[in-house]
Amino acid sequence: MAEINRAVIKLKEKFAASILEVKGFRGEVTVTVKKEQLPEICRFLKEALQFNLLTDLTCVDYLGKEPRFMVVYNLYSIAYKERLRLKAPVTESDATIETVAGVWSTANWLEREAYDMFGVVFKNHPDLRRILMTDDWVGHPLRKDYPLQGPDREPYKGRLS
Amino acid sequence: MGVEHPLGDNVVTTSLDFVVNWARRSSIWPMTFGLACCAIEMMATGASKFDLDRFGIIFRASSRQADCIIIAGTVTKKMLPVIKTVYEQMPEPKWVIAMGACACSGGIFDTYSVVQGIDEALPVDVYIPGCPPRPEALLYGILKLQDKIGRERNSFGSAIGLGERLEPAA
Repeated sequence: MAEINRAVIKLKEKFAASILEVKGFRGEVTVTVKKEQLPEICRFLKEALQFNLLTDLTCVDYLGKEPRFMVVYNLYSIAYKERLRLKAPVTESDATIETVAGVWSTANWLEREAYDMFGVVFKNHPDLRRILMTDDWVGHPLRKDYPLQGPDREPYKGRLS
Repeated sequence: MGVEHPLGDNVVTTSLDFVVNWARRSSIWPMTFGLACCAIEMMATGASKFDLDRFGIIFRASSRQADCIIIAGTVTKKMLPVIKTVYEQMPEPKWVIAMGACACSGGIFDTYSVVQGIDEALPVDVYIPGCPPRPEALLYGILKLQDKIGRERNSFGSAIGLGERLEPAA
């Protein structure tokens, strides 16, 4: 099903070397790509294939696996009423990825949130500051190795009964 | 016929502390300040069905005119400096009510971003449990605060600069 998706066909023609995986599940199409060519792929998806709405941009922490992070882009084409999920792996040692704020303006704040919560740095972002936590906050709370009750407290060990 | 001299030539004796306490407890003006779902319940308590006005409680939108702050909801670490500022802007004497489980102890939010009880930052006079407390519970808490204000000592003396206001023992 994913193989006959118009966006997947076009992406395979143009960016064959960057595509790591194409997956279809219950009508959802997910394309995993290398992070190096991501801005070009995004611009192509928006301008040539009319994925003109970035519904969400977030990050997943697969602690213990390598690459550790996966940046996820949920796209929607208003013209074609079609959805596409784009994913790009990011390693812990080089937790950076190019910004797509120049492609979709809404990526500006979404990337700030992903940076705030996961510590993935979006290169060439116009204003990469924390957006939810305070400016002087240390650490990135949605990382799986961040202590739930904060670094300055004894962690909860369950009921001692 | 009827009452021709309502008060007559009577003399009323009382203590200055009692008069000051009576005035204070009968006109608690809380700050209009809500943080989470408890604020919805606080608004319901202020509205016509439960009607806080009958206790002389009128929400003030300026901290300069308020003498009570009801911490109604979850206090995040990001919000705490704002609450402290509002509290410091209120003129003395002032009282704090911690409304709901979150304001009392952090509640279910035992996490990195939430203050585990507003008493870590402000001196709380009345704790009201509940998630959220029903309006009757908030009313009861406010009546408890009125009771507490009524039992304060040296209220008048401290107002004219003689010594400290003495809070009743809990």
